[in-house]
Amino acid sequence: MDARSRPLDVGFEVPYLVGTFRGQFRDIEGRLVINEGGTGTLEGSARVASVDVKDEILAGHLQTPDFFDAERFPEIRFRAEGIEVNGGEVRGSGELTIKGVTKAVEFTGSITAPAPDAYGRDRVGAVLSATVDRHDFGVSWNQPVPGGGNALGDEVTINAELFFTEAE
Amino acid sequence: MRILGVSGSLRRGSYNTRLLEAAAELLPEGVEFEVFDGLKAVPPYDQDDDVEPAPEPVALLRSELAGADAVLFATPEYNSSIPGVLKNAIDWASRPLMTNALRFKPVAVTGASTGAFGAVWAQEELRKVLGALGARVVEGSVPVGHAPTRFDEDGRLVDEEIRAQLADLVTAVLAAVEERSEAATAAPAA
Repeated sequence: MDARSRPLDVGFEVPYLVGTFRGQFRDIEGRLVINEGGTGTLEGSARVASVDVKDEILAGHLQTPDFFDAERFPEIRFRAEGIEVNGGEVRGSGELTIKGVTKAVEFTGSITAPAPDAYGRDRVGAVLSATVDRHDFGVSWNQPVPGGGNALGDEVTINAELFFTEAE
Repeated sequence: MRILGVSGSLRRGSYNTRLLEAAAELLPEGVEFEVFDGLKAVPPYDQDDDVEPAPEPVALLRSELAGADAVLFATPEYNSSIPGVLKNAIDWASRPLMTNALRFKPVAVTGASTGAFGAVWAQEELRKVLGALGARVVEGSVPVGHAPTRFDEDGRLVDEEIRAQLADLVTAVLAAVEERSEAATAAPAA
């Protein structure tokens, strides 16, 4: 099947002080192609300007060169060929581009079997996760904490919850 | 192209202001340069006063920053950090945060001190502050230690090594401005 995503959730989590800092990209699109043998292609993009976090000052900071640098790099992209769908599991390796830097990233997750919607088109849901070191992409801002250490962690978990609808 | 210089030192004969003047001489022909001279008139930041119209010296600061394609800062170091007068002006300039005149604007930092370290800590602090308000802080800094030995009696920079470092910094700023204007031309709607 060849399916387009409904914009749902692509978010990130990074350790921050003693808790977790979370954000979501609201403007995303994606495409999933699954071949007969269970292999396929997954690609998608997110607009940096659509990043949504609880604090609007932080949302503003995330746009700037300290973080994603939306003026120069307005889009985050991902493309994975040869993904493997096996029962309810999906895994693969793709190229993630953030801030103009492209790195190979592995992801795993779960995926539903295609099920028809009310209009007779197949739908598939997938929940995917990957972990990256933000410094690999030049997203290196930090702030030392007076008691020692840094405010923001290095390892970022990217979570995507996606619904795909078969293309017409 | 227009570059604005902002010196964190107010005194006459400031080494930091001289440093900006030395940097100005390295700019290619056709690039306008001016050192902002209204820093002393900027009042202490008070959110109650941060309304439209802004206090006149603040409006001048904001419009000078907005009218520049890039800003070159030179800071002395007071008590291991940037002078209050400079931080205060930047605090005014940073408001409102999402539309402030320095957001995405290429900026560069240099600094002079009479001691050995050339205001390295102040420069680091200033880079952090400028990053926090959204400026595009170009890589590299030029610390000028033992400042009295680097300028002649007329206030002209006489240290060729520092001049070369300043030239690299100026080149980096100009490249950032060019890149930004090319991107704006290529994608006006972005």
